[in-house]
This record gives sequence, structure tokens and C-alpha cells, in this order.
Amino acid sequence: MTSITHTTSVPKRSLFDHIENLLPKIVLAPTLVAGLVFVYGFILWTAVLSFTKSRLLPKYEFVGLYQYLKLFTNDRWWVASKNLLIFGSLFVVICILLGLLLAILLDQRIRIEGAIRTIYLYPMALSFIVTGTAWKWILNPSLGFERLIRQLGFENFSFDWLVNSDMSIYTVVIAGVWQSSGFVMALFLAGLRGIDDTIIKAAQVDGASLPRIYWRIIIPSLRPVFFSAVIILSHIAIKSFDLVMVLTRGGPGYSSDLPATFMYAFAFTRSRLAFGAASAMVMFGAVMAVIIPYLYSELRVKRNE
Amino acid sequence: MNDPMVHTAPKTAGVFAGRLFIYGLLILMVFYFLLPFIVMVLTSLKTMADIRTGNLISWPREFTLDAWKTAWGSACIAVECNGIKVYFWNSVKIVVPAVTISTLIGAANGYVFSKWKFWGSEVLFSLLLLGCFIPFQAILLPMAQTLGKLGLSQSLAGLILVHIIYGLAFTTLFFRNYYVTIPDELVKAARIDGAGFFRIFWKILLPVSTPIFVVCVIWQMTQIWNDFLFGVVFSAGGNQPITVALNNLVNTSTGTKAYNVDMAAAIIAATPTLLVYIVAGKYFVRGLTAGSVKG
Repeated sequence: MTSITHTTSVPKRSLFDHIENLLPKIVLAPTLVAGLVFVYGFILWTAVLSFTKSRLLPKYEFVGLYQYLKLFTNDRWWVASKNLLIFGSLFVVICILLGLLLAILLDQRIRIEGAIRTIYLYPMALSFIVTGTAWKWILNPSLGFERLIRQLGFENFSFDWLVNSDMSIYTVVIAGVWQSSGFVMALFLAGLRGIDDTIIKAAQVDGASLPRIYWRIIIPSLRPVFFSAVIILSHIAIKSFDLVMVLTRGGPGYSSDLPATFMYAFAFTRSRLAFGAASAMVMFGAVMAVIIPYLYSELRVKRNE
Repeated sequence: MNDPMVHTAPKTAGVFAGRLFIYGLLILMVFYFLLPFIVMVLTSLKTMADIRTGNLISWPREFTLDAWKTAWGSACIAVECNGIKVYFWNSVKIVVPAVTISTLIGAANGYVFSKWKFWGSEVLFSLLLLGCFIPFQAILLPMAQTLGKLGLSQSLAGLILVHIIYGLAFTTLFFRNYYVTIPDELVKAARIDGAGFFRIFWKILLPVSTPIFVVCVIWQMTQIWNDFLFGVVFSAGGNQPITVALNNLVNTSTGTKAYNVDMAAAIIAATPTLLVYIVAGKYFVRGLTAGSVKG
């Protein structure tokens, strides 16, 4: 807390001064009202909707936890949740491993580091819809990757994940990792650059090998970056919607549905408002469970500084 | 960094092989990241006959811009066959006002949250911060109802409004975190000299704000241009943004698939954000990390 507000020496308080003192709050007011209504109010409204039996239009007849019971006995919801678990864990783990590897490689005094970094990171500038369009074509079961390998001489090669209901969710992982691992690399690279050189130099003088220095000293000191990366990636995973919509549209059938596409399907194309609202609230709970501990720790760190 | 002590190790064959391995791996990954884009460009320059006989990375037998012309001006999206140009301009019409307004409000908010703290302002900031992270699914249904009541459903104005509202948390965060680093003494001195709220902002903070404006504008522009969820839920027909149009084009089930047109359309959709990234990559990365790590 700063004490700017107390340093002025105004002899007498006029109306003008009064307004001047209120100005900061007046400036902030529209945003705070918008936040209160459009974020907190709307979440509450969604929660209320989820306790009704609204279908095409909101109808405020309350049915308690009926929609949630329906949701948790809905096979499609479990497929979506299981897919989120598969997609989320693979996406987070592969992005972190790949991102860390790339960051360590790039941290070895590479001549054209700037250019390489730019290339690794450019997918982050693309829309998931563009990324999805590209990978949908690459993974095309007849003309894409399969054709390429067959033309190289492997006549019996087959790659049909995009239309195979057991494998379709993994195509989302492939495209998602391609899009986001460069970003994780940037996070780790920033972390690596922030490490105090002296400990590493001391270890080098002691004759420790480079892999050993990384394993024992550098990687453990990146723990905060790991923490941030896991949170950010999980958060992206839970909200994932665009990529599935363009790659597989949740199909074949609903084999690659994620909670976000599930919510969209029921709330907006199948006109089951309350049911969709219930699924949205479960998603909201999941994101908060990930984010609140993160924000808490971030803010606590800042206060301790 | 430049300590000669560390680098006195003799350049043996082992060291050389190690360097070769590192560079080899790095170049391999360069191809991994570039290949999808190369495939897109190659495919967009081929004819459909060429696509059916060649493969993903085969060189086009003859280069043609037909797919690009079709994608821009005559490809069929839903029932209209006017290409993606209408949707491209829709996105421009959404991005310009939404980015401008959300950035300006964010700057003012950040100024208050950093230099005019009052009792409870830190708590309010934390509560606002949560807005960066909520899954938008939790607000879609009420927002659709509200836009309907306001007579803005499925209009560009409605979509602009939505982007401004849900962009404010981020823009405020950017400016607040930037202004916190500017010494309070400057503000105090100006106050003693009798400068008021707006004058201090105008004379002291605004002149040093260029970098954060660039970061914020790039972040917002990329977010809004690339948005799909709001676009698909809150717009329809001729008012859709380019991401929604691209998805409709790619996932249409009528007629024969023209993969070259899909790829050309995807590259067109990617061009504005890609250009910004190439021109101002440094600021783009700063936005990414500021928006996440400092969350």
C-alpha cells in the first residue's frame, strides 16, 4: 500500500477536490461493474440454470441436482471426461518434456538461436483452427501422411487415427503438442537464463559433467517453471475446444469429445440448456481447482518479496 | 557468461561430436515445426489432380494461384459462395474496436491499481484476475440471453462487446504489472507540484508506456483474431469471424473436398497474426510470458 493519498496538503476541501479524489474509483467503476455482472454474476446465473429443467429456453422451475445426476450417468460425458484425462496428461507431459529439451539445447550458446527460437514459437501465433486445418490435412487417412509413407515404399502402411474411434483423441494430442511446446520452451528458456551462473561454474570447476550439472543442479532449480507450465497447460487442456471442433468435430461418433465440445453440443445445438449449464459448472469447478492454488501461491510469493 | 575459466576445456573430437549432435537435433526440430506450414503452402499451390497423384511434400507439377483466388473470393461457406473475404473483413471490424477499447480501459485501470491504490483495491484486483482464467463455458449461456435482450445477438457489435468485456482482465493485468515498476516517487513529486489524476497519467506514465501498449495490443489482437468459441456461439451467417468461416469451409460435407482451397484459406486466416509475430515477435513473447507466469 502506498501513501500517495495522504501527502497532499489541500487547505480546504472543495467540490472539485472531492471529485478529484473520487476519480480513481470512477475510472475503475465500469470494469468492476462489468466484472461483477459478466463474470461473477453470469457464473452464478449458469449455476442457477443448472438447477432447472430448461431446454430450448430458460425456465426457472427448479429440479435440484437432477441435471448433475443425469450428467454423471451420461455415457458421453464419461467419454469426454476420460478423453480430457488422456489428452490432458499426454499434452502436459509431452509439451513439458519437449519444451525442456528444446530450451536446454538452445541454451548451449547456439549461433542462430534467435532464428531457431522464432521458428519453434510461431505456432503460438496461429489460431487453433488454422493448426487443426493443417493437421487434419496431414493426418488425412488416404491422401496425407499415409500416402507419403506408402509412396516411400511401405505399401501396407496404414494411419487412420483421424477416423478411428479408438485413436481419434490422440490426433488432438499431436496437433496440440505441435502448437504449444514452443511456448513451454520459451518459459523454460527464461527460467534457464535466470539461474545464477556461479553455482554452475563452481560445479564445472569441480569437474562435474554437463548432464550431471543439468540433472542435479539446473533442472531442480527450475521447479517454479515446471509448476507454472503444468498449471498453464492443464488450464489450456481443460478449455480445449477449437482444436477438437476442427480436427474431428468430436467424432467419429463422440469418441473424441472433450467437456468443452460436450457443453457446446448440448447447450447450443441440442437445446438442452440446463444440462449444458451443469456440464459448464463442472468444468468451472475443475479449472478453479487448478487455478486457485496457483494464484494463491503466486500472490503469496509476491507478498513475501 | 564470458568467463574464460569455463571454456578452457580442449576442443576434442568428443566435444565436436557433441556440438554436431546438438545442432542436428535443433535442425530436426526446426523441420518438425516448419513442416506443417510448408505442407500447407505446397498444397495450396497445387491443382486437385496434382494433390490426388502426389503426396504431402511433393513439389507442385505446376504452380497455380487458383486455390487462393477461390478461397478468397468464391469458395462456398454454408450457403454463400463468396469465399472468405467477407469473414476476413468481419474479423478486422471486430478486432480494431475491441482491441482499441479494451487496451485503453486496461491502461486506465492499470494506472489506478498501481498508482492510486485504495483500501480494498488489491483484493478487487485479485478478484478481477480470476476473470483471466474462468472457462468461458460458464458464461456463454447467460451472455447469449443478455445479448438477445440487448438486441445484439448474432451481430458484430455484440461480438465486439463480448471481446472487450472478457479482455479487460488481461489488459488491466498487463498495465498494472508494468506501472508497478515505475517509481512512486515520480507520481508523488508531480502531486506536490499540483498535478491531478489525468495530468499525471498524461505527463508521466503515458510517455513511457509504449512498450506495454505494444505488448497489450499484440496480445489482444492475437487473442481476438484467433478466437473461435465466442465467434461460433455469438455470431451467425454473414457476421461470422474468419475462424468460424474457416472451420465451416474445412468441415463442409457437400461437394468434393478441395484441400488446396482449405489450405489457402487457412494461410489467409493465419496471415495477420503471423505478420505481427514476425514483425514484433519480441513483444509477442513478452505478452505470452507476462500473461501467464506473472498471472
